[in-house]
Amino acid sequence: MQQILIALVTMGVGIAGCIAYFWGSNFLLDVIFPAYGKNATHNLRRSSAIRPWLFMGPVIIILTIYLVYPVVNSIYLSFHGSSGEEFIGLDNYIWLFSDEKFIESMGNNLLWLVIVPAASTLFGLLAAALTDRIKWGNIAKSLIFMPMAISFIGASIIWKFIYDYRGEGDEQIGLLNAIVVAFGGEPQAWITIPFWNSILLMIILIWIQTGFAMVILSAALRGISEETIEAAVLDGASPLQIFFKIKVPQIYGTIAVVWTTITILVLKVFDIVLAMTNGQWGSQVLANYMFDWMFRGHDFGRSATIALIIMILVLPVMIWNVSNARKDV
Amino acid sequence: MDNIAGKSSLLSWVVNVSALILVLLWTIPTFGLLISSLRDKDQLASSGWWTSLTSVERNLIERSAAPDEQVEKDGVYMLSGNVFKNGGEITAFGWSSKKPNGFEPNVVAEMRNGQTMSVATDGSYQLTSPKPFTGSRGKRIFIRSIEDPKFTLANYSEVLFAEGLGQSFLNTMTVTIPATVIPILIAAFAAYALAWMEFPGRAILLVTIVGLLVVPLQMSLIPLLRLYTNIGIGKDYIGIWMAHTAFGLPLAVFLLRNYIAGLPREIIESAKVDGASDFDIFLKIILPLSFPALASFAIFQFLWVWNDLLVATVFLPNTEETLVMTGRLREMLGSLGGNWEILTASAFVSIFVPLIVFFSLQRYLVRGLLSGSVKGG
Repeated sequence: MQQILIALVTMGVGIAGCIAYFWGSNFLLDVIFPAYGKNATHNLRRSSAIRPWLFMGPVIIILTIYLVYPVVNSIYLSFHGSSGEEFIGLDNYIWLFSDEKFIESMGNNLLWLVIVPAASTLFGLLAAALTDRIKWGNIAKSLIFMPMAISFIGASIIWKFIYDYRGEGDEQIGLLNAIVVAFGGEPQAWITIPFWNSILLMIILIWIQTGFAMVILSAALRGISEETIEAAVLDGASPLQIFFKIKVPQIYGTIAVVWTTITILVLKVFDIVLAMTNGQWGSQVLANYMFDWMFRGHDFGRSATIALIIMILVLPVMIWNVSNARKDV
Repeated sequence: MDNIAGKSSLLSWVVNVSALILVLLWTIPTFGLLISSLRDKDQLASSGWWTSLTSVERNLIERSAAPDEQVEKDGVYMLSGNVFKNGGEITAFGWSSKKPNGFEPNVVAEMRNGQTMSVATDGSYQLTSPKPFTGSRGKRIFIRSIEDPKFTLANYSEVLFAEGLGQSFLNTMTVTIPATVIPILIAAFAAYALAWMEFPGRAILLVTIVGLLVVPLQMSLIPLLRLYTNIGIGKDYIGIWMAHTAFGLPLAVFLLRNYIAGLPREIIESAKVDGASDFDIFLKIILPLSFPALASFAIFQFLWVWNDLLVATVFLPNTEETLVMTGRLREMLGSLGGNWEILTASAFVSIFVPLIVFFSLQRYLVRGLLSGSVKGG
């Protein structure tokens, strides 16, 4: 309880500090350049040139330290050895591309990149189309959306329980094996079967992300103008034709946004793999591999290099985002 | 659209059923976790949660008491006791693996060498023998029993008090509350400046922030950890608050700017004409009007920080006093891999608060998602 109190006090201090900063700096600015007297216009121009920087200041400083500097520093570290001290040129990169685990991670990441965004978007579209047409649509939406509130690690426990394996002959308490046995199959230790274990881990992320895709796609579907649909109905199009030929093409833009958002998430996925397999049995991915080299390998150079690879993979999406935003500004 | 569906009742039936299947697929995993966490430990370990409401009929092999507990009475040696530890009901029993369910309860079964075995419905058994029982272990008793479904909160009290999850819950709160509130304030000012103030470099700043939205967190960890060590912040709450604040800022600025830029120009201009300063406008007009956007971001950030494992692992020491819930769950998965009563209850404790936030404030979450993804970049 005392701890929460400390947290609350800190929060209070933090907020008070923020307010003191913003209020204080604005007050000072008004004192230094008063908007009256003989230099009023001059002062007003000065203060309105400075004020935006007071408002922006904390964000610029924090983002520079926490996001911009690390990018630069990671590039620096990737040319240095395990402690980050001695310069070793391209050795980290050379090591990386001949490292089996890295190649495995790249392969798995590509698999994740293809399957997870595709499946989540597809299920999201399906869920959006279905729930928009039923009376209990809002409840259905809530329930499909719910996994989004669950942590990756919590979700991992939920699904690890489903994939649980008991020796043959024992009663299976994992849902998947119970179903397999009910249909006369043999129970499997799913998590240890290469390739399929990656698919099973992907299912967890798909389960989490479908709700996100559904919410956004459903809003986009509802935004389609009625006229195009009515015209199609008059022309005798079937509901399926209307959906795939009239509605879906009109929301391609939104589908792209959903797809890329999930793509970025996939590149950073780490918790699920760490909790389920920790990269064993051929299921390693980049983010977890980087974590591995950071905490178990204690090699700053190598893990920074892996982080840079993730960054490079994200880059196309970043450029696309930025060019979209430029149109907006 | 509804009328199209309404025209064909078959179609509407198909739609309803498919939606139901989809919803079931998406809820069953969590539902199974909840049910399992409430089940009796032994039942959880021996049968699937989907059978938890039916009485479980099981074939078990128990052992009688060891021969050194035998009692002699009128030249007959007897072993007695009860096969159940937690109660149940016997439906059949037997003394050899060839006929494990060969006898009705209460029947006296003849064994080899004049020995007999009898098991009552309540599980109490009696073995008799004309000669003393020998060996070090008791006789095998094959039983078929029915156990009533048992539900309990014991798993929860165990994880909260014995497994240290209670402490972790507090730690998670300690991390989450400031890490949610602080970025909002900082971001709101910046969002206002980006939306309504004129200054050189505004467009570049905005575009940079959009770019930073997707910078992988992994990138920042090592440089920051080194930086923290160099300037001596060490692994402490202040370090993780700042880290979460920073990682949440791009989204916060982006969401809030989109919203604040959409506020009607007249309100802000008429306030300026009345001589209000930017600071006043921000505090008295912008902040109250942007409540929905602030709430959306707050929920995002809350869920993100609450559910985060990576940042907490890197910036908080891995000790009993500071381990957050996600970290604790990870440790449990490693060390208590098979103790599903602990894992399921712990997992449910950790997702309970986010679920409440989710269901009560879903409206804002959806609004935030939409303003971030559909309109903007």
